[in-house]
Amino acid sequence: MEKIILKDIPDLDKISVYESNGGYAAWKKVLSQMKPEEVIEEVKKSGLRGRGGACFPTGLKWSFMPKGNEKPKYLCCNGDESEPGSFKDREIFEKNPHQFIEGALIAAYSMGIKAVYVYIRGEYWKWINIMEECVSDAYKNGYIGKNILGSGYSVEMYVHKGAGAYICGEESSLMNSLEGKRGYPRVKPPFPAAVGVWGNPTTINNIETLANVPEIINKGAEWFSKIGEPKHPGTLLFGVSGHVNKPGVYELPTGIPLMTLINDYCGGVKNGKDFKMIIPGGSSMPPLTKEESLTMKMDAESLKAVGSAIGTAGVMVMNEDTDIVHVLQRITKFYYHESCGQCTPCREGCGWMLKVLNRIMDGTGRHSDLDLLISVAENIEGNTICALGDAAAWPVKWTIRKFRKEFEAKIKEDKTGLPAVNKVHGLRKSEEYMTISDHTEQVKVEKLMGKVQELTQNEDVKRFSS
Amino acid sequence: MENKNYTPVFDDNEMKTVEYHKSKYPAQMAAVMPLLWMIQEKYGWISTDAMKYVGDLLKLPHDHVLGVATFYSMYFKKPVGKYHLQICTNVSCMLCGGYDIFNHISRKLGIKNKEITPDGIFSIEEVECLGSCATAPMLQINNKEFHEKLTTEEADKLLENLRNSN
Ligand SMILES: Cc1cc2nc3c(=O)[nH]c(=O)nc-3n(C[C@H](O)[C@H](O)[C@H](O)COP(=O)(O)O)c2cc1C
Ligand code: SF4
Ligand code: FES
Repeated sequence: MEKIILKDIPDLDKISVYESNGGYAAWKKVLSQMKPEEVIEEVKKSGLRGRGGACFPTGLKWSFMPKGNEKPKYLCCNGDESEPGSFKDREIFEKNPHQFIEGALIAAYSMGIKAVYVYIRGEYWKWINIMEECVSDAYKNGYIGKNILGSGYSVEMYVHKGAGAYICGEESSLMNSLEGKRGYPRVKPPFPAAVGVWGNPTTINNIETLANVPEIINKGAEWFSKIGEPKHPGTLLFGVSGHVNKPGVYELPTGIPLMTLINDYCGGVKNGKDFKMIIPGGSSMPPLTKEESLTMKMDAESLKAVGSAIGTAGVMVMNEDTDIVHVLQRITKFYYHESCGQCTPCREGCGWMLKVLNRIMDGTGRHSDLDLLISVAENIEGNTICALGDAAAWPVKWTIRKFRKEFEAKIKEDKTGLPAVNKVHGLRKSEEYMTISDHTEQVKVEKLMGKVQELTQNEDVKRFSS
Repeated sequence: MENKNYTPVFDDNEMKTVEYHKSKYPAQMAAVMPLLWMIQEKYGWISTDAMKYVGDLLKLPHDHVLGVATFYSMYFKKPVGKYHLQICTNVSCMLCGGYDIFNHISRKLGIKNKEITPDGIFSIEEVECLGSCATAPMLQINNKEFHEKLTTEEADKLLENLRNSN
């Protein structure tokens, strides 16, 4: 299969090599022959969807930008890439950086943008240096700057170095970070196309999304729309890690069977073992069981159908010996560490989930803990400013639902003596708690409930709970 | 190493870089991150006086700079070892032995997470995914070079090389 981004051409990161392989031809074509609206129309027709996680149609996103020039407009290229299990944008910076730059320039032209900021995570020291050199080469060859190639169109491009915060990959947090603030996500609406960076119309796109654009212009929307799955066309840069023989980044058409990816491209599971769980799109995405994985196709719609998502296409493979509880604990620790702290459900909820998972790992878990975890997750989900809350809740909710036995096996005996069904915190959504068979449990619950009622009569408690 | 404050100054050349960073953005507040990076490159970590200095250069309240510096984990608000080893233990690395590497180095150097060896040469930190999952387990040194596909033997060799080059 022909590759769109990770072409097998040595030294493609050098601008001369890129140019002699047809590089910047799309940019020249756009500047000399296409109107901005025509570019947007072409990208719309191609069916390209964002590769940053949410799969939003790219052409549609661009069309949201206001047409006039009353205010300066900006493009932010999202190279924060901090989702555990994702390492594909790094591959573009290394193997085909100019194609990304060219795509960003075409995007900027189509929206009448005057400045492009490439936000790269601070840990990518090596790739930031590469990008700075590439941008400067593109300036030298006249592809960026004033009156580009005599077209009358001018645009600037700058590389901005992050400093270690996963949340800055979230688009509104990225904009605050770029402005020189703490990376707090913003409440939406207003959306970035209306009020973005420095209060001006802004579009945010992932690096891989933009790297697809030059070839769409060169070969046409129709060519692109016929690659892979019609509803999510093109190729994806699958980053496979964990227990496989040949981990790495593989560019393949959307809709490829997960098992083909793992067995044919990644050489199967290490040491001839079987696998137990696969996370299909970076650590935020609900995991797949073995049964689901066997028939899964890797595109947005197929994964959505089983309640998961393609995310960043970071595939994490876990063999039969993996301690799933430990994996979930580690994932939760990550979100707890990365929560920006603005919303109570996310900030506190991640802490609670981590505490509960810690005690299950320590062997002091309670029978009620699994439902407690699910209910905390459900109370975070949808109740926060940004999607980090959901990203923390989904793995907890779905890993426990799909691998409950693994968790139960770690809670053999409940040493706390607390009632199995903890009515007091009132968080449970499940119906099971209505059927308590054990009488002593029932008595314990009632006693505790009585205590709570007593407390709520207290004036101080009333004051704080009203 | 004690937590000494220091008073930073940029020379003329560095001031040119400061001006360049300011020119990149429509509002100079945005230069705060690049300037904090410059400070850390020069002094190894960012002291309270350094935050004030950056604030003065950009005409920002000092507490704003403090707020930014403390938000981002790669800005060191305390001194670190000459070689600060950032060891990834996130899922993909964990599956491939990230914790073994972390524990091995920790034991070998006799320090725990975020501690410095008494001679000031090494410090270690458990970090989140560094985008190197296919070449796990891995570590980064001083926010820069990646060392990938580590084994405990290679980690030993790395420590020795670093100690010798000191
Ligand atoms: C917590 C969080 C982290 C994110 N991290 C990234 C990231 O590192 N890179 C990225 O491109 N998108 C990331 N996103 C998605 C962005 O908000 C945004 O949707 C994306 O950059 C848009 O680009 P696209 O339309 O080209 O996909 C993140 C979202 C959330 C909620
Ligand atoms: S959901 Fe979490 S990360 Fe997002 S804004 Fe709220 S507290 Fe911050
Ligand atoms: S999990 Fe360690 S680099 Fe991604």
